[in-house]
Amino acid sequence: MDWVDIKSLKANQLKDTFVTAVFSLIVENESGVLARVIGLFSGRGYNIESLTVAPIEKDGRKSRINILTSGTAMVINQIKEQLNRQVPVYQVINLDEQGPYVARELALIKVVSTGPERTEALNLADAFRAQVVDASVSSLVFELTGKTEKIDAFVDLLRPLGLVELSRTGIAAISRGVQTI
Amino acid sequence: MTSHRKKDFKTANNTYPTNGAEVLLNVLSDLGVDLIFGYPGGAVLPIYDALFKQKRICHILTRHEQAAVHAAEAYARSTGKVGVVLVTSGPGATNIVTGLVDALMDSVPIICLTGQVFSNLIGNDAFQEADTTGITRAATKFNYLIKNNLELSKTIHEAFYIAKSGRPGPVLLDIPKDVMLAPTPYESEKVCSHPSYRPPVEPDRKAVARAVEAMRQAKRPLFYTGGGIINSGVKASEDLQKLVKRTGFPCTSTLMGLGAYPASDPQFLGMLGMHGTYEANLATHGCDVLIALGARFDDRVTGTIDGFSPNSLKIHADIDPSQINKIILVDIPIIGDVGLTIELMLKEWEKSPIKPNEESLKLWWKQIDEWRSIKCLRYKQETANGSVIKPQHAIRRLYELSKDRDKDVYVTTEVGQHQMWAAQYFPFDKPNHWMTSGGLGTMGYGLPAAVGTQLAHPDSFVFDIAGEGSTMMNIQELATIKQYHLPVKIFILNNHYLGMVRQWQELVHGGRYSESYSASLPDFVKLAESFGIKGLRANTIEELDPVITEMLDHEGPVLVDVCVEMVENCFPMIPAGSPHNHILLGPLIENEVKTKTTSKP
Repeated sequence: MDWVDIKSLKANQLKDTFVTAVFSLIVENESGVLARVIGLFSGRGYNIESLTVAPIEKDGRKSRINILTSGTAMVINQIKEQLNRQVPVYQVINLDEQGPYVARELALIKVVSTGPERTEALNLADAFRAQVVDASVSSLVFELTGKTEKIDAFVDLLRPLGLVELSRTGIAAISRGVQTI
Repeated sequence: MTSHRKKDFKTANNTYPTNGAEVLLNVLSDLGVDLIFGYPGGAVLPIYDALFKQKRICHILTRHEQAAVHAAEAYARSTGKVGVVLVTSGPGATNIVTGLVDALMDSVPIICLTGQVFSNLIGNDAFQEADTTGITRAATKFNYLIKNNLELSKTIHEAFYIAKSGRPGPVLLDIPKDVMLAPTPYESEKVCSHPSYRPPVEPDRKAVARAVEAMRQAKRPLFYTGGGIINSGVKASEDLQKLVKRTGFPCTSTLMGLGAYPASDPQFLGMLGMHGTYEANLATHGCDVLIALGARFDDRVTGTIDGFSPNSLKIHADIDPSQINKIILVDIPIIGDVGLTIELMLKEWEKSPIKPNEESLKLWWKQIDEWRSIKCLRYKQETANGSVIKPQHAIRRLYELSKDRDKDVYVTTEVGQHQMWAAQYFPFDKPNHWMTSGGLGTMGYGLPAAVGTQLAHPDSFVFDIAGEGSTMMNIQELATIKQYHLPVKIFILNNHYLGMVRQWQELVHGGRYSESYSASLPDFVKLAESFGIKGLRANTIEELDPVITEMLDHEGPVLVDVCVEMVENCFPMIPAGSPHNHILLGPLIENEVKTKTTSKP
């Protein structure tokens, strides 16, 4: 049990230290589970910065939800326990607590431009290893996978080069090494 | 119930002999349900038809769906069983939401069966359609929309298991009408589990050992007990008494926990919190080891968080891990059934005869007795004929005149001043005898709760200690009481005000009594009589005892309208945002003991 971790912080740190956390949940893949999880966050005033969900088993009975959230250490602990007590939730892991992990997201980015701007966008895509997944005479759609910060940087660079539309998945995360959820 | 699995086989034409509604009732009956509360309507007609054709389950028709839930809650709380509610779709389902949240907040195991429109109409804004599972998702421990007849039996078993296990709560099953009508297989499965739901039960023995060690070292210990002990079962209360006796520690209780430890015992300090006793609150503030058992540090208990029991080591035993460190950071958490925790604590305590701090404990009791000597629950009742009745005195007399009648006494309340006075002046020595809306504070709870309690305990006294404001919120239940000849005694403390609102307006809002005066009240005696119920009134002090006696002597239901002091305030009171040692005792006592009230531990 991990209350000890929280306890090792001083009381004011618990209430004042703002931290981010990535939760991975294994849930029953049934209608209403996502609503239950989201309702918990909105109902109790917790933040959701990003959320991804998809079935992970062949028969589609279990899904994995990844949630990026932030709050005081006390709130993060509350979020974990509140998620854990939901009936259709098998397991909740705070990846930040568990150890090193990999978190990636995917972005589709549409740029409408011609001439030097278009060339510059293509050069940047090359540097970031983004794929061109659609192209027309005056438009490009890039696909980029990576850390959130990398996608943020790429997007910022494309803004003056005709970026018109952005679609991001939010993060999927998994722990490093042999450790499993 | 048989231990083996019964199963229906398909008939010759390859279908099942029973429909969903019949299977539902069979399974309920297998689960030990003999009483359900409800109100019919279009989408549940097949279930009402099945009810009509059988004799194992008795249906109680309340006059409003909300009342059905409160009745089921009180039935559950006074028996330890699961309460069952049956209502129709749409407005039937929306009307139960208050009751569901009430049960969720107070951890009451109930099952709500709601009818739903035909599956093929769901999502089409059909007549009396509402998104019941959507609306009640945050109001239940769990809910289901049953889409497949093959899963009906299993789901009902599962719902009962979820409602009753772990931290109990309401579970809702939304059943489309076509599921009720279609041929359905019947299975009686005794063992039930849910793949992802695994509530904690066994407390960690090491944590218990650490807690008991801290208790041994304590110089100023205090037990702070809550409703979890009552939910755990009668044995938990018995073990608590043993533990408190063996340790010699003082014990206070939350509103929800009253009765788990006998109020008549000298080691009991009374309730703590906003309207708790002086001694309980100062002991909470001054203790060095606080042992919280099945309680959740509600804001009405803690007052301001920063000032709550500032110098104590805190032990917190609860079955719900999310309650640990939610509001108050604790030093020794124990996750698991609080009854088992108490049992283990008792064993651990008995292992060693060492009591290193016996002298300190004596000093602690000396301090507590000093606080007690203030007698914070004193009130002044004029006794001359024609004197106005004090509400505290009315409750005290109700207790005194009923206690020697050789009948078990159950009390339900509405919400407000009268509720706090009942908690202060009506002592409980046994668990499951006190039904009040603690977490949600639902006005209108008491009258339907009295219905549920009386049905569970037909030969006992059931008192609904009420205010005139709250009673009006579910007054239609007088008809239910009459229909089923329930000898409920409704004891209205009528002060013509929403008293708690008025009190706060007086103390916090500069005496601006905005909308708290109960203008245009009915004549409660005539109102009762119009329902065919005996109505009595006590206007002044000399009428009080005779009226209570007449009420107790009458075999059927009685409504008593006790006209009480209109502007009495409920003390002690910890003003919102204050720590426990800033407790107000009210003008009567404060004038007398001005010097003593500032003494700090």
